[in-house]
Amino acid sequence: MSEIWEGLVAGFWLVASFDADLVEITLRSLQVTLTAVVIASAIGLPFGAWLAIRRFRHRRAAIALLNALMGLPPVVVGLIVYLLLSRAGPFGVFNLLFTPTAMIIAQVIIITPLIASIAHQAIRDIWADYHDLLISLSTTKGQRIRILLWDGRRALMTASLAGFGRAIGEVGAIMIVGGNIDHATRVLTTAIALETGKGDFALALGLGFVLIGLAVAVNLAIHAIGQTESEGKW
Amino acid sequence: MIRLLTLVLAFCASSVTAETLRMAVTTSFHNSGLSDVLLPAIEEDTGITVELLIVGTGQALRLGEAGDVDAILVHSRAAEEAFVNAGYGTHRREIMYNDFVIIGPQGDPAGVKGLAAAAAALSAIARTESVFVSRGDDSGTHKKELALWGDAGVVPEGAWYRPVGAGMGAALNTAAAMDAYILADRASWLNFGNKADLALLFAGDPVLFNQYAYIPVNPQRHDHVKADLALALEDWLTSAPARDLINGYQINGETLFTFNAIAPAE
Amino acid sequence: MVTPILPLTMKGAVVKRRGQTLLGPVDLEISAQGIAIVMGPNGAGKTKLLRALHGIERLAAGSVTWQVPVREAQDRQAFVFQAPIMLRRSVQDNLAYPLRLRGVAKKDALARAAHWANRVGLGDALDRSAPRLSGGEKQKLALARALIRDPDIIFLDEPCANLDGRATREIEAILQEAQAGGTRIVMATHDIGQAKRLADAVVFLMHGKIIENRPAKAFFAGPQTRQAAALLQGDIVE
Repeated sequence: MSEIWEGLVAGFWLVASFDADLVEITLRSLQVTLTAVVIASAIGLPFGAWLAIRRFRHRRAAIALLNALMGLPPVVVGLIVYLLLSRAGPFGVFNLLFTPTAMIIAQVIIITPLIASIAHQAIRDIWADYHDLLISLSTTKGQRIRILLWDGRRALMTASLAGFGRAIGEVGAIMIVGGNIDHATRVLTTAIALETGKGDFALALGLGFVLIGLAVAVNLAIHAIGQTESEGKW
Repeated sequence: MIRLLTLVLAFCASSVTAETLRMAVTTSFHNSGLSDVLLPAIEEDTGITVELLIVGTGQALRLGEAGDVDAILVHSRAAEEAFVNAGYGTHRREIMYNDFVIIGPQGDPAGVKGLAAAAAALSAIARTESVFVSRGDDSGTHKKELALWGDAGVVPEGAWYRPVGAGMGAALNTAAAMDAYILADRASWLNFGNKADLALLFAGDPVLFNQYAYIPVNPQRHDHVKADLALALEDWLTSAPARDLINGYQINGETLFTFNAIAPAE
Repeated sequence: MVTPILPLTMKGAVVKRRGQTLLGPVDLEISAQGIAIVMGPNGAGKTKLLRALHGIERLAAGSVTWQVPVREAQDRQAFVFQAPIMLRRSVQDNLAYPLRLRGVAKKDALARAAHWANRVGLGDALDRSAPRLSGGEKQKLALARALIRDPDIIFLDEPCANLDGRATREIEAILQEAQAGGTRIVMATHDIGQAKRLADAVVFLMHGKIIENRPAKAFFAGPQTRQAAALLQGDIVE
């Protein structure tokens, strides 16, 4: 119990003193995760929406596959990306291993199915709602996609947020492909793993509380921007 | 616009610049805290920024084989020699040594304290079936541990023998939680933050000698490795400033490593 | 002068689901004037008939023909569903949406939307979230949205089924107004009183087939079929 208290205190001092290492690690965490979320959303949101409204033969199988991909163990993704990016592997020439780019690649692979799946579910619900009306109004396919994406923007934002949550706390894959190199690829989660491994629980907990605070802050910020809780709107 | 582009490219490009060297080192080397002392000095004296990948000896060797790093620093002689003989490394250069120690619960149920030899200590642990945590990760420490079991004539197996497949720190955490015996390098133990009820019970047997060696990755196998930087680093690691830093590194007044690099035998 | 899209001719239309025939074969002509009421017990196929006329139900056989090409005809009709479909936006944006689809400029669309909102008594609810309106308000909104593009014909599927007396009266008033303005109305209803109030003609359905199709006055004075008579009397018809 005292360790948790020590952790809180350690975390507080880290933040209050704007500890240079902490700032660097936090910024890198955000850089990696936000970039991954933007890319994964750019792929996953339209794909999920498309899957919701397009009827094609193997649609059910595609949806089942998408849901299964959500369960991809991140550490396995990390291992596969590592083998692909290693100098001994097919994409070694790009020299991407142990860089933030490699971490972004791994995280994009991990969270895109999640974002696409939630987007698909959300759009499917709205499409089921709007279906008869949109057909009755003789809308084109483009007009349908536009209104589904716009009216569903809150749910789509939730999908991206879910991706963010999954990515910011991820440690296995980015540890493998990033290498947790100090001043290069160390982020909050890998730093926590390292400090825990050294037995420095107070520091690890401190970093942990910073991570939690960061995740909560980003969530609050997005909801504030979206004004999703204000009465009567939407 | 150009500024923005350069900034973007700088973000996207790999962080490996001209004077950056990637080196795979063992967890025991890092957990001792020595790397935190050496790296800034290296940067200042040679201008080389060393990127450390802290992994087990086994993985360090694999990284060297694949050419994902420019040099390795490990502590498992047999594996190192095999690595060089297979052509993955150019040569092996001894830098420093420390020793392994046997850590265990303060109550010492196996009675290893005061025994004469490491082999005897391990025999006692096996005989009393006291819980023993093994690195189990093909690391230098793990290989040393297995060699010691061999000396003791014991095949370690059973519910009391617990291989965790993790680095030094994580393994020590597990031992602390299980109140178990464990073989650790002295430096990592001294720098470890979660000692709980464990204590240093056995040390001093010459067989526990732990030699660290530096191996540059062979540029003939992988022509992209920074061979000249690797040699420059080797020169520094075997120089007087390195000697002073390594011999002078202490935790709680205890010296951890002994510098023992000698001039190259060309 | 724009070519009228009516009369509309349905020939031999059949709607099936899972091999079962739910509607048809049906022959029906919808003329250009008045209010036609579609009646019949539950499951008779009223909804399927309306949807088939409007072109949002796939026909297993038969055809629906307008006086103009189908694409143009589609643009000049509207449908009010039994459960009102609300877009997840404000009242004003709901009304403006069909206009925006047509390419009407945003300012104009919003202005016309406000005008129509006033006409149906939702003038001070412009910014309210449409899904949060009461049942009656939703249906009035749906009706206004259907009428905002000045369609030649609108189909309504039991629009007042879940509404109270006041809302029903308001809806009927709007319908009368629209009809007076030249919009053809085809509406399904359960409410015999409503049918009597509004109908110029009655189409009576049983088991997916039209068994009576007559001017309202004559129908109510003396239905020709046993089932219609039973329904008008208040009996359960099957």
